[in-house]
Amino acid sequence: MAERKLFKGNEAVAEAAIRAGCRYFFGYPITPQNEIPEYMSRRLPEVGGVFVQAESEIAAINMVYGAAGAGARVMTSSSSPGISLKQEGISYLAGAGLPCLIVNMVRGGPGLGGIQPAQSDYFQAVKGGGHGDYHLVVYVPASVQEMVDLTMEAFDVAEIYRMPAMILGDGILGQMMEPVEFHEPRKREVPAKDWATTGAAGRAPRVINSLYLNPEQLYRHNLALADRFEQVKANEVRCEAVNVDDADIVLAAYGTTARICRSVMDRARASGLRVGLMRPITVSPFPYDAIGKAARTAKAFLTVEMSMGQMVEDVRLAVLGKAPVHFYGTTGGVVPTAAAILARVEEIAGAEVSRP
Amino acid sequence: MKQVYAVPKSLQPRPTHYCPGCTHGIIHKLIAETIDELGVRDRTVGVAPVGCAVLAYDYFDFDVQQAAHGRAPAVATGIRRVLPEGVVFTYQGDGDLASIGAAEIVHAAMRGERITVVFVNNAIYGMTGGQMAPTTLVEQKTTTSPFGRQEATQGQPIRMSEMLATIPGAAYIARVALSSPAGVQRAKKAIKRAFEVQLSGAGFSMVECLSTCPTNWGMTPFEAMKWLDSNMAPYYPVGEFRTPEGVTQNA
Repeated sequence: MAERKLFKGNEAVAEAAIRAGCRYFFGYPITPQNEIPEYMSRRLPEVGGVFVQAESEIAAINMVYGAAGAGARVMTSSSSPGISLKQEGISYLAGAGLPCLIVNMVRGGPGLGGIQPAQSDYFQAVKGGGHGDYHLVVYVPASVQEMVDLTMEAFDVAEIYRMPAMILGDGILGQMMEPVEFHEPRKREVPAKDWATTGAAGRAPRVINSLYLNPEQLYRHNLALADRFEQVKANEVRCEAVNVDDADIVLAAYGTTARICRSVMDRARASGLRVGLMRPITVSPFPYDAIGKAARTAKAFLTVEMSMGQMVEDVRLAVLGKAPVHFYGTTGGVVPTAAAILARVEEIAGAEVSRP
Repeated sequence: MKQVYAVPKSLQPRPTHYCPGCTHGIIHKLIAETIDELGVRDRTVGVAPVGCAVLAYDYFDFDVQQAAHGRAPAVATGIRRVLPEGVVFTYQGDGDLASIGAAEIVHAAMRGERITVVFVNNAIYGMTGGQMAPTTLVEQKTTTSPFGRQEATQGQPIRMSEMLATIPGAAYIARVALSSPAGVQRAKKAIKRAFEVQLSGAGFSMVECLSTCPTNWGMTPFEAMKWLDSNMAPYYPVGEFRTPEGVTQNA
């Protein structure tokens, strides 16, 4: 059995990336994720890697683009306002089909917002963020252990499907300490990078690019990107279902909020209310099928987020009107309490569960 | 019979899309000749800009990455750090390098990034249709300075070579003009020197090439060359501004 060590979330992500073979990190400081670049600046030189503190988030993501294009396993990390600045580069990475890992430890916004944890970057992460037709693979860990496991997995998935992957965490996950094990990552077959620009020795020149002036060509390119995302949908969607089979009320939540909802579920069950939890582990692609299946038996859903209501739109799409979907949200860096969520669950139960 | 001219191996033998009288084609050829002469084609990665030269990858016969507007020095930094034995250069226009990418070029130079920058300055935005650039001369008319650039409201044109020459990480900074055969020969010499400086590991190198835009200047190619000499060259003096041996001026 692997050794269990106490790790802070942000440092766990950094160590997991190194163990997954990431040797290049380009970043720019922003709270609450500074432990990631700080850890990388210490550790990467020990393993023959490179850390560069860029002059801006914009430069950092473009360094990622160059390094990814040259065939490297590479990452960057930031928090909400910084991720906004990186969106131009993320669109280019997606357009050029370059794999990389982007970590967003979300803080409250919009604008400069605050530095407390939030989940208000869901739309930006899942629905695009940058310009054009593209998707990222977006993982939403709910523990420090999962930050480790999903970081390792994200590099492989990014390379298999040639698209950027994102770890969407929040300030709590980044700052909390938990014991973790660094498992050997699941062995995935990762294709050779026969597109990387490494110098054209003994082969035809290669181009890393996202420009297609001919609209028919751009159309075909976008179809190819969409087709790759269809493969991700078929193979990589992940969601945890807890006590859903007999549940009258299903809570839907991810990340830190899902942890609080698990306590709410336990308390509700103790008082005789049949409550379950659907916890997406990928939010792009979203687990529409799993939540849709739960809607066949559940009488009501309650989506809980640290936002004014973002993922709830995808939950409604998954449920497709088969059951009412309620929402409870906190915003601006306020963390919801189990008591407040439980009160909402009891209110919904009173109104909907007793119906014939 | 002695062959006095040939298409460089690093340049694909195909027509370019550049306007008549524009010097992008000449500068492409000088870079390709340099890569050939240094024997580094197999480890060269170029970075193409946004702008008229965005399609440079269609003409060079080696690996190229296309970068977002202004970001070429950051992209080149990423490539360079992954390929320590590589030869990495960016090709950038004045809007790309001196305006939207001003931070990237300054900090690549500050880090002493071992890249070569070929900076094509024609004092106007070409591809987007002739708008004012940071390098547009005072009183020069463009589509967004229709009454001529006014110093009071639009400031003075930026001299990038002089500015970057003050940066310790910059090992070689030179400005050349492509308006005469002799100027082209001096440009070739400077570009080759810039790549040699990169290969020596001394640091960042840049060659600013004063160029023409007959289409957006509204001139014939011949008039454009004369305008470059009589208007641009006085404000943007040619010469080596920094060499690995030290700072020089207007050599």
